[in-house]
Amino acid sequence: MSKAFHWLLPHPLLTLLLAVVWTLLQNDVSAGMIVFGVILGVIIPFGTSIWWPDRPSGFRIGKMISYSFLVIWDIFVANVQVAWIVLTRPNDKLRPAWIEVPLDLRQPEAISVLAGTITLTPGTVSADLSDEGHSLLVHALDADDPDAVRDEIKDRYERRLKEIFV
Amino acid sequence: MTLEIVAVYAISACLLIGTFFTVVGAIGLLRFNDSMTRLHAPTKVSTMGIGALLLASMIHSYVFGEGSLHDLLIMAFLFVTAPISANFIAKVNIHRRSCQMPKPPKADTTWATLNVPEADRDIEETGKA
Repeated sequence: MSKAFHWLLPHPLLTLLLAVVWTLLQNDVSAGMIVFGVILGVIIPFGTSIWWPDRPSGFRIGKMISYSFLVIWDIFVANVQVAWIVLTRPNDKLRPAWIEVPLDLRQPEAISVLAGTITLTPGTVSADLSDEGHSLLVHALDADDPDAVRDEIKDRYERRLKEIFV
Repeated sequence: MTLEIVAVYAISACLLIGTFFTVVGAIGLLRFNDSMTRLHAPTKVSTMGIGALLLASMIHSYVFGEGSLHDLLIMAFLFVTAPISANFIAKVNIHRRSCQMPKPPKADTTWATLNVPEADRDIEETGKA
């Protein structure tokens, strides 16, 4: 039974996400639209599952939601800080820096979420990965202490992502 | 104070916040002098600026017309796709050596963008074919 379930729904969360996005796109919460969304949510992951062999097995959605709120709050705070830098700091006083963040995360999905988070919070942009994927290259707009920025990324985001993707 | 007056104030506040961050993003794009620091301005516009404008649109549609959840989808898609374009621009900057170059990583041999096949190494390092 569970094998058949896994065969039909390789991605239960992706199914749910596709159904919700379909209902939002229609802008009409009716039974027919929800059923059609669920049908799409079954067909699309089923049809594309062979291109995604090493999908993450564990994903804690509750922790992901609290992580999202943390990131939204950080975006808000960092936006104000960067707006202040843009408006007041002259170009020659700016200290842009490359920061190398050694990664403990191994799953590509987790690294993508980390890189996206770093880019979305203003003041830092994730630029590149090392060739074997053991460290992430981050560019900071204004960092007087690059090591502190690196430690904050590791402690604030990566530690939480390690608990989300198990 | 009726609901509509509160909504009007909330919409105006959201519009002002969104406009402010959009203008700051444009100023940043113009006044920074390095291609990598310039990249930081648009990431700010696409998160707070557009986010606040969409919030204003959402409040307006719920209070004065038919409610619409499309704005939530716009925000979600924007948050997912904005880092990808920023990442591509950063990679182009590294390829073209148009910024100060990063130090090689401690863990591995080189950065993935600089890891080109042997035959293309001259093109990569000089920028000429």
